[in-house]
Amino acid sequence: MSPENMQLQFEIDQLNAAYAAALDEKRFDAWPEFFLDDAHYMVQARENFDRGLPLALMALESKGMMKDRVYGITQTIYHGPYYTRHVISPAMVLSSEGDTVNAQANYAVFRTRPGGVSEVYNVGRYVDTLKRTGGGLKFSRRLCVYDSEMVLNSLIYPV
Amino acid sequence: MNAPQALSRWSQPGSSRVPFWAYTDAQLYQQELQKIFYGAHWSYVGLEVEIPNTGDFKLSFIGERQVIMVRDRIAPKDRATDHGIRVVENRCAHRGVRFCQQPHGNARSFVCPYHQWTYKLNGDLAGLPFKDGVKDGECTNGGMPEGFNLQDNGLTKLRVAVLHGLVFATFSDDAEPLEDYLGPNVMPWINRIFKGRQLTLLGYNRQRIPGNWKLMMENIKDPYHPGLLHTWFVTFGLWRADQKSRMVMDEKGRHAVMISRRNEGGQAAVTEGVTSFKANMTLNDSRLLDVVPEPWWKVPDPSNPGADIMPTVTMITLFPSLIIQQQVNSLSTRHIVPRGEGEFDFVWTHFGFADDTPEMTQRRLRQSNLFGPAGFVSADDGEVIEFSQDGFRQWGEDGSTLCELGGTGTEMTEHMVTETLIRSMYAYWKKVMAV
Repeated sequence: MSPENMQLQFEIDQLNAAYAAALDEKRFDAWPEFFLDDAHYMVQARENFDRGLPLALMALESKGMMKDRVYGITQTIYHGPYYTRHVISPAMVLSSEGDTVNAQANYAVFRTRPGGVSEVYNVGRYVDTLKRTGGGLKFSRRLCVYDSEMVLNSLIYPV
Repeated sequence: MNAPQALSRWSQPGSSRVPFWAYTDAQLYQQELQKIFYGAHWSYVGLEVEIPNTGDFKLSFIGERQVIMVRDRIAPKDRATDHGIRVVENRCAHRGVRFCQQPHGNARSFVCPYHQWTYKLNGDLAGLPFKDGVKDGECTNGGMPEGFNLQDNGLTKLRVAVLHGLVFATFSDDAEPLEDYLGPNVMPWINRIFKGRQLTLLGYNRQRIPGNWKLMMENIKDPYHPGLLHTWFVTFGLWRADQKSRMVMDEKGRHAVMISRRNEGGQAAVTEGVTSFKANMTLNDSRLLDVVPEPWWKVPDPSNPGADIMPTVTMITLFPSLIIQQQVNSLSTRHIVPRGEGEFDFVWTHFGFADDTPEMTQRRLRQSNLFGPAGFVSADDGEVIEFSQDGFRQWGEDGSTLCELGGTGTEMTEHMVTETLIRSMYAYWKKVMAV
């Protein structure tokens, strides 16, 4: 691997680590800031992805919609409280051309409720397109394709 | 536990107090499977559009029994009278194996992997290895006994009814024809969405909810909660108590339609003291609620001859296991699959119409952010259902819920400030379950 590619993978891994920390520490206002203004964020069941069916569990088409989701999480969607813990694999860089990078990483999100055991909540892979900006790498698209055939009741926070 | 019950375990009059044991008793749940899901009721299995080609199949459930919905070969002469949709049980007649493990696919026949018993798409047993024994010189070893008949050993075949692309099935010979089962009050609201339209499949969402299956039917027969639990509904006027609305049901009270028309939302008498109402809430990206009225929303009003009615939302509950949602431009079927008395799977199938523009498809997908297991609105429902079941479980036999908004009767209403549809469902349930 060339030093440039090693550097790029390191940067993406650091970005994923920071992304996970924001969500796991419930700093939800920080979450849309990982994205460009017109970025897409989708959480989609693998069966839909594999069959080319367009429905997603969450389909947000701008940073504005992501902020609306954050308002939903923090102010409007009634839900039992829980923590998440993200474990994200090293990124696999698929391509890098100009300021655009395509990459993938596996993720597992565990859920822990007050008084409860930790459960495997959502498992899948991130399919990402990133752009290099003055402020570092930002997602222009993050698609979370999850294997988990059943959502454990509800999914409130982004993964 | 099999000793005869006292004459009536349901000690309260009427159906406005639902005992906790209706949700928590494991033995009663087994009886529900027999009397309701495997009894004289029609259950939703899927959409015709999910199996467009001959041999296409998908797995589904009726109660806890897994079934296969499949499109059979049809002779040209029968095409006018036979829709070709079959529903068979996914259980080999030989040793009981749930032989089909692919959730969907295309098949020429079904073969059980254990001993290669082979079935036609309609469930008939086509053949099995060593039926006539295995020759060993002059003698023949083994084989099925004399009198063994292929015809008598097929898969369980269910009765099937297809209504405007919705596929229903029943294990019972006694269930009345589907349209009679649904009844003349409910049928116009199914016709409004489906009649004469080709559907397109947008995809699935699946969630596992730790609560009794009836709680989900109740949730969609409960017009009281949406304007209180769901901030988006009350704030943006998608569903709230000051809207023109109507509660419709079939004559037995088991099916229902909640019909309403959105208003502008905002502050009003119905938002006073409602903590979920957010007076200053606006969206950063208003495309999440980019509602465009569709021509089919407006229909002749079934209860007012000569007048039209144009609801923006119709929530249809078809007992025992189907909810059909039209909430502005978002359309879905929601299928309840019970798993014991304290848990069910909830399968959402979102659809559109074949003549939708790409913009309308995009709009339907965007509005699906409101619904489903992560929905701005519906995620709340799964959560409160779980906590309802927790509450029932911690008390015990003599506890009951209180459903007396709008009184204790079971009549239809021209408003939504009522729990009449829940009372009606339990009046029917009590009879069927003989409790």
